[in-house]
Amino acid sequence: MSAESIVIIGVNHKTAPVAVREKLAFSGDCSGPLLTLINIEGCRECCFLSTCNRVEVILVADDPAVAAVAVRGFLFARSGLADVEAQQYSYLYQGQEAVAHLYQVATSLDSMVVGEPQILGQLKQAYREAMEHKTTGVILNRLLHKSFSVAKRVRTETNIGGSAVSISYAAVELAKKIFGSLRDKSVLLVGAGEMAELAAEHLLRQGIGRVIVANRTLERAANLARKFNGTAVGLAELTTQLAEVDILISSTGATDLILRKDEVKPLMRQRKNRPLFLIDIAVPRDLDPELNELDNVYLYDIDDLKNVVDANKGEREKEALRAEDIVAVEVVKFGQWLDGMELAPTITALRQKANAIREAEVTKTLSAMKSLSEGERRSVEMLANAIVNKLLHEPMVFLKNNDPNDNPQLKLDFVRQLFGLDREA
Amino acid sequence: MTLLFQLTLYLYLLATAVYVAHFLSRQKQVRAVARAILLAGGILHTVYFIVRYVYVGHTPLTSNHEAVSFFAWSMTWAFLSFWWRYRVKNFGVFVSPLISLLMLIAALASREMLPLPPALRSNWLPVHASIAIMANGFMALAFCGGIMYLLQEREIKKKKFGIFYSRLPSLEALDDLNQHCMALGFLLLTLGIITGSVWAKQAWGTYWQWDPKETWSLITWLIYAAMLHQRLSFGWRRRRAAIMAIIGFAAALFTLWGVTYLLGGVHSYVG
Repeated sequence: MSAESIVIIGVNHKTAPVAVREKLAFSGDCSGPLLTLINIEGCRECCFLSTCNRVEVILVADDPAVAAVAVRGFLFARSGLADVEAQQYSYLYQGQEAVAHLYQVATSLDSMVVGEPQILGQLKQAYREAMEHKTTGVILNRLLHKSFSVAKRVRTETNIGGSAVSISYAAVELAKKIFGSLRDKSVLLVGAGEMAELAAEHLLRQGIGRVIVANRTLERAANLARKFNGTAVGLAELTTQLAEVDILISSTGATDLILRKDEVKPLMRQRKNRPLFLIDIAVPRDLDPELNELDNVYLYDIDDLKNVVDANKGEREKEALRAEDIVAVEVVKFGQWLDGMELAPTITALRQKANAIREAEVTKTLSAMKSLSEGERRSVEMLANAIVNKLLHEPMVFLKNNDPNDNPQLKLDFVRQLFGLDREA
Repeated sequence: MTLLFQLTLYLYLLATAVYVAHFLSRQKQVRAVARAILLAGGILHTVYFIVRYVYVGHTPLTSNHEAVSFFAWSMTWAFLSFWWRYRVKNFGVFVSPLISLLMLIAALASREMLPLPPALRSNWLPVHASIAIMANGFMALAFCGGIMYLLQEREIKKKKFGIFYSRLPSLEALDDLNQHCMALGFLLLTLGIITGSVWAKQAWGTYWQWDPKETWSLITWLIYAAMLHQRLSFGWRRRRAAIMAIIGFAAALFTLWGVTYLLGGVHSYVG
């Protein structure tokens, strides 16, 4: 199997601006694209991935150059761009490069936010759809499965997804460092900004027990509270609520501080010193910076959170370098497998395996039977030889038989699996 | 027997080194190795006590060497049994150096096997001495938890995340650990004082005679009692509890050594 028949053609956030990407966005069901792609002339296998930042076509084709033009024609059909322009906005990887690119996508090294976990799920979903439409075969099945395991390896061996790289995630991570489990904790949202909403969503996903929304207009508070299955209160109740809740996220448009140190100090006694995590994402700030001086009170404003995020990004970049090394090693491994997916190497590998077994067993037997004469030893060797050759005869005929109705790749894969020729030592 | 002790000491030191390696590298396999080495050390240490018991013919808790070594032993097993129920991230890297340090102190002390002084010939010896020292074991764990709490809290409060933030568990988990160890340590300390006082009645004819060791045990006990009381009624938890765990442990250490070397008294034959 020539590696060069594996091709990836795609468009992502690095090669095309959103104005171009939105013109080729495919939404929902992949069956249309898959059926179109598999009917391109010379296309033997294909898989189609579409997310908000990328559209990728992974295919195995007899004549990659011809297939590439057809695929681009399909991708850019609605954009009205000529193929020359389409080439500028898209990329084409072939052979080893294609394998490496797919691994980078799966491990999120190619993502806008390195280390984000969603892309792997999206790729798995794309593969599932391709399987349902039977557009993948031996090569892509192996390639995609490998890309999933490479992604898993990168996740466990590097810290690429380790630390939060968005403000709202950083806040959630901090909350977990302070409170451990968030299950029996509650959060009070003051003001109803977008960022506060996002942070509340993350907290809910981490299983926070209760959400309370306080807003100047009660109606807006009630709307938001309904969304989070929580309760709405007026701004006047701020201090009463503060005696109960564990986390406060403030994002009002107030020009002045809404909470001062000496308002919270007496509350801490009432709270029996249960810790209080204050998150101030408003500009200008809502919460008195001196609040952080109180025992068991932790105050983070927007700049503090940004600093956390920046530090984490640096950490991820370091981890990404280690992930690249893993990808490089895995690309070589896949190349080796691909090289073996030809008739001649498979026959050689099969013979080598059989001969190794024969030699080992003959040596073992003969060393236990020292009394045999030279002639008898020869007979034992011949016996072993004959068994091996007769057993291998039918598989060899099966492999070499060139029935035009057969799928040669399927046969090779079948034999290689049956005899365990790709088992990693 | 010397060999047995030496080997135990080396295992503890090795476990400490491997724990530090795990702390820095964060490889799970390394941690498993460290734990296995510590467990091996703990088992060997137990064997050492049994052998010593057979040799000296009485409970080997009467010399400084024996007491400190038993202190290390109880810390090891308190830690291992604790680990069986709770998982506290990177607790081992703080506990194992303290165990090793205690063992080094025990190694430097005289290992001579002395005949048992008449005053100690009682069935109360194994009960009182082991309970009192095991109390120290749990207080030492609370001390480690307190240090971890303060380190972690410092990074969160100062908003400067160094090597501890991602490696140490949440403040909540550390506070739970603290509470758990202190409650057990306090219980054992109470039992230690009660058994000691009953024994004193038998040996010296009086329950309590304000001997320096008795006085300091009582001071330690009062510190822990106050701490638990404050915690339950006024929410003295977390940061203050962590500081108190450190102070309480210092008092316990002073009861163990300070009293013997600085103040003397009838109880001073034991280290």
